[in-house]
Amino acid sequence: MADQSLFLAVILFAIGTVGVLVRRNAIILFMCIELMLNAVNLAFVAFSRSVGIEGQVFVFFVMTVAAAEAAVGLAIIISIFRHLESVDVKDFNLLRG
Amino acid sequence: MVIDFSSQIHYVWALMPEIVLSAWAMLVLLVDVFQRGDRSVPSSPAIGWLTLVGVGAAAVANGWLMTLQEVSATGMIAVDEFRVFTNYLFLLAAALFVLISMRYLEQENMRHGELFSLVLLSVVGMMVFAGARDLIVIFLGLELMSVAVYVLTGANRRDLRAAEAALKYFLLGAFSSAFFLFGIALIYGGTGTINLAIVSMIVGVDGLGANMLVLAGMVLLVVGFGFKVAAVPFHMWTPDAYVGAPAPITGFMAAAVKAAGFAAFGRVFMTAFPGLYDTWGAIVYWLAVITMIAPNLVALVAGNVKRMLAYSSIAHAGYLLVALAAASVLGAASFLFYLVVYTLMTLGAFAVVVLVGRQGEQFVDLDSYSGLGWQRPLLGVCMTIFLLSLAGFPFTGGFIGKVFILRAAVEKGLVPLAVILVMASLVSYWYYLRVAWYMWFREAPSADSASGITVSPAMRVALVAAVAGVVLLGIFPGQLLELAERGAATLINVQGMVGGFSAR
Repeated sequence: MADQSLFLAVILFAIGTVGVLVRRNAIILFMCIELMLNAVNLAFVAFSRSVGIEGQVFVFFVMTVAAAEAAVGLAIIISIFRHLESVDVKDFNLLRG
Repeated sequence: MVIDFSSQIHYVWALMPEIVLSAWAMLVLLVDVFQRGDRSVPSSPAIGWLTLVGVGAAAVANGWLMTLQEVSATGMIAVDEFRVFTNYLFLLAAALFVLISMRYLEQENMRHGELFSLVLLSVVGMMVFAGARDLIVIFLGLELMSVAVYVLTGANRRDLRAAEAALKYFLLGAFSSAFFLFGIALIYGGTGTINLAIVSMIVGVDGLGANMLVLAGMVLLVVGFGFKVAAVPFHMWTPDAYVGAPAPITGFMAAAVKAAGFAAFGRVFMTAFPGLYDTWGAIVYWLAVITMIAPNLVALVAGNVKRMLAYSSIAHAGYLLVALAAASVLGAASFLFYLVVYTLMTLGAFAVVVLVGRQGEQFVDLDSYSGLGWQRPLLGVCMTIFLLSLAGFPFTGGFIGKVFILRAAVEKGLVPLAVILVMASLVSYWYYLRVAWYMWFREAPSADSASGITVSPAMRVALVAAVAGVVLLGIFPGQLLELAERGAATLINVQGMVGGFSAR
């Protein structure tokens, strides 16, 4: 059971990673990052079956942090949308790396 | 006083600097709100001085930490000299930042209270990040630091470049946090604990206790830390975020955030995985190689001083990775020493960038520095000293720091790394000295081209402190190095203190 759950967590994490690398919409990128964090939560819960209850406690920490991050991230996306009327990363080209 | 974490109240004593600083952040915010009421008047400059008092109070609390003794190394937060040392480093960076940015915030019409309380909170995050011995607490510190800095990056809401920088920094920062967190999950699954000291006991001195989960988790942690310290394959966000952010905040990010990332990197790997040094040492080795070579080549053609300093900060991450790859007491000590010098010279250089940039940071390209040295000799001398120190010129702190890193690398047998470090530094002379050459040997575009530069008293204090620090550490490095060695020793010899732990 723990193996299958971990496998699912890895797959979700990989989907999130690929999403961040290939998509160009800031909101979708952010959703992919959230998917990665939730994959981690799943892994914590899966491990906690065999290791101990702490794994489930960590999930709450991760959820709280993810919520704080979402608040700040969406605020940043809104502030850039006010300037550009777009959330597409390819339109953000004032700075060249 | 003896700290025994089986009694919860002892966490309050052990976290005193963090508690003082968090409370002070709230105080700064409240004072700003009550002083302004609902009028749209600018914040009073007193907020900056109030913030400095808070930094001082936290420094006192931090000094008091030195009188504490912990009974075992398995507490969630370390009470050791490494933590005290890095806490002082973050407080130093925060104090310099406040001094540099007071005038800048007024000129750009930005709010003081919000900004300074965010800086204090991000310093709390750094302290927790670098001082914790429990991976979830480390993660909380990392996020507290990062979330505050994302906001700081985009603090100037009228500036589209800042918003763009904040978005890029935020997306890649959150992306890297996910890797970091997945690493923690795998280590938890592989060892059944997230306490660094207990992980190191389970992994063992020979690394035989590690399974695939632990190895994979460790590699993911390297990726997460790589993003935070801007090591090369993970550095994509750095130039954009550094160029777009307001200049004083760029300095703070380049100095303090990077220092915190490195301090935590060092603590996690030297405490939890000494048994797996063969694996992570090799990864850090190669990261150091490319992080030293690539940005130094790109910086050669950067025409914008802020961008040049951004690439230079990536290159410095490479030098610090060399010290980390050495993973000895000497390596960790040279690493701490270099972090102090690096903080002073980077914030100093960014202070000059802030001054020369003037309103709206219009003057950040290389041409704006033409003839600056003759028009504003003191400013020119300060900038030249910072640049020479960044390049590693003898009699500056940067040179001594590099020598210590080289010594640690050679002692550990990492001669190729030492050779690359020297070569990379020689290349870096070109782009640092080019700025100095523009300042002293180029005609100024007009006689009054430097007229808009006004150095406020606070800025003067910051510049003098940074120059004095860089020069004094270059001539008398002994005392600081001794402190750094004591801090490093508490990190390396943690095994001896693990005895007598019990499962939480």
